[in-house]
Amino acid sequence: MPDRVPIIVTFASLDGGAVTLSPEGEIGYHEAPAFRNAIRAAYDKRPNRLIVDLSKVGYMGTPGVATLVEALQISKKNGVPLVLCGMNDRVRGVFEIAQLHKVFKMTSDLAGALVA
Amino acid sequence: MSDGTQLQIELVSDSRYLSCVRECIAQASRQLGFSDAQAAQVAMAVDEAIANVIKHGYGERPDGKIWVKITPLPDEPVRGSGIRIVIEDEAKQVEPSCIKGRDLADIRPGGLGVHIIREVMDEVRYEKRQTTGMRLTLTKWSNGQAGRSAMSA
Repeated sequence: MPDRVPIIVTFASLDGGAVTLSPEGEIGYHEAPAFRNAIRAAYDKRPNRLIVDLSKVGYMGTPGVATLVEALQISKKNGVPLVLCGMNDRVRGVFEIAQLHKVFKMTSDLAGALVA
Repeated sequence: MSDGTQLQIELVSDSRYLSCVRECIAQASRQLGFSDAQAAQVAMAVDEAIANVIKHGYGERPDGKIWVKITPLPDEPVRGSGIRIVIEDEAKQVEPSCIKGRDLADIRPGGLGVHIIREVMDEVRYEKRQTTGMRLTLTKWSNGQAGRSAMSA
């Protein structure tokens, strides 16, 4: 699906082969396709670990969560650990309602995500 | 607005406007006595509901009509402040009994919106409109039980 709207997503390749993906803003139904494309681009970099830094995401609806579930499936298929870090309490709450906080690796910050 | 509605939003089924609706609903909820966290829950429920109308009801056709009506409910001693939000559309009709969230044990993308709505709102009622489209009525009380276990910050 083409991007409906660009969202700001920053990539960084870290020493050791990890890639961080840092989206900014709100990720609802409208923004989720761009987020999905950004995640696919991150996997194309062939990281040995993908870290999604959500510290600059103020809102995430279920389309954003679904995108991360897709990412988790890609990670499991390819043996690339996926770690979510820095999410605020409201974003984490969505994962908790969906009981997905049990299936994702989550850390409070980037430093923790590198070793999780 | 003789039905008690005090604020009404009319929009087309274009997802570009979802963020505007979220902001408006959150602000209105705060004005009606809800905490920031509760207002965020109400906004999220409405966001998920309208996204479902756009995706499933109108099949992502961007020119369908959607109405969002906000009604404050009289304060109650136990339940506190209340808000009722009615979302109506002219999209295809579905049997209300068929509108269910997916089994959370089934880890896959999609199907979470209805579950979230039911989790954060105290009352959720889907019904067919008389001629065409659906009506979703959402109610939340400031002292209600919905959403207490999550998104509490």
